[in-house]
Amino acid sequence: MTTIEAPRTPVRPAPKRGVNLEKWGWIYMRVSGVVLIVLIFTHLFVNLMLGDGVKAIDFGFVGGKWADPFWQWWDVAMLWLALIHGANGMRTIVNDYTKPGTAQKLMKLALFLAAAVLIVLGTLVVFTFDPCPAGAPADLLPSFCAA
Amino acid sequence: MPESSAGTLTAPEKPAKQKPGGTLYRGREGMWSWVLHRITGVAIFFFLLVHILDTALVRVSPEAYNAVIGTYQTPIMGLGEVALVGAIVFHALNGLRIILVDFWTWATRHQKVLFWIVIALWVVTMLAFTPRHLINVFSH
Ligand code: HEM
Repeated sequence: MTTIEAPRTPVRPAPKRGVNLEKWGWIYMRVSGVVLIVLIFTHLFVNLMLGDGVKAIDFGFVGGKWADPFWQWWDVAMLWLALIHGANGMRTIVNDYTKPGTAQKLMKLALFLAAAVLIVLGTLVVFTFDPCPAGAPADLLPSFCAA
Repeated sequence: MPESSAGTLTAPEKPAKQKPGGTLYRGREGMWSWVLHRITGVAIFFFLLVHILDTALVRVSPEAYNAVIGTYQTPIMGLGEVALVGAIVFHALNGLRIILVDFWTWATRHQKVLFWIVIALWVVTMLAFTPRHLINVFSH
């Protein structure tokens, strides 16, 4: 008979009533994962495979993409889904390798703050971005700024 | 299914000839796919933190953004991008494998075959990506 040590992570039974957040987290990892495959693979294909790939990326390239609400929403969806998926996955890992206590709480707080701050920052950047800032050299800007 | 008793998990007796690694998550494909999924997940997470900050520089100035994104176009970073794309493609394909194993009993029974299918699809994707990316990085 093979014996496997019991997991060190304490058993935390689901609440008897109300919302089972761990269950919804589990579902979220799977739903967001499927959507992220489409979002990320397209992102990588458009930015790294088409044209001159990574060599073509500069301020003008980003300005050209975000001139179109389609790519603005694409990138914002990717931002929210990936950061929440990643931060929640990191929370699982913290639960696996640390004991409950202050240190564990601080790590989870750090994950939460990193995700929250970057989601707000990223969303603001995408929607308040000015592709033709006044006074910038014209050769650094998307071609449509000249018009 | 392993039975649980008094704080340990016990797997049923196995035939003398069988190699170790009978459970879904210990040893062999089941365990290594999990190890790789975890390592790639953490790596992608930290890259994503940096990637949002570098992209946010478009809000500072065209010069600031171009200076930082220029460092992504050097040969060293070009190789790093191959590693990054490799990590994402593995995590994505194996993520699909996890979902299939969770929801479909056929896939639960054939998780080992599915792991090798993930590896095969990963090799094909990387063969399509790597040459084209390296040509972009090392020419022009
Ligand atoms: C490309 C599409 C993706 C798919 C299909 C996918 C799928 C999954 C799945 C199914 C899980 C397992 C959750 C569980 O066991 O309960 C997972 C875990 C995880 N994912 Fe993703 N994921 C994707 C993208 C990402 C991205 C972009 C990040 C980083 C920002 C990320 C970071 C993580 C982390 C850190 C974990 C936890 C790993 C662990 O518990 O060992 N994933 N992913």
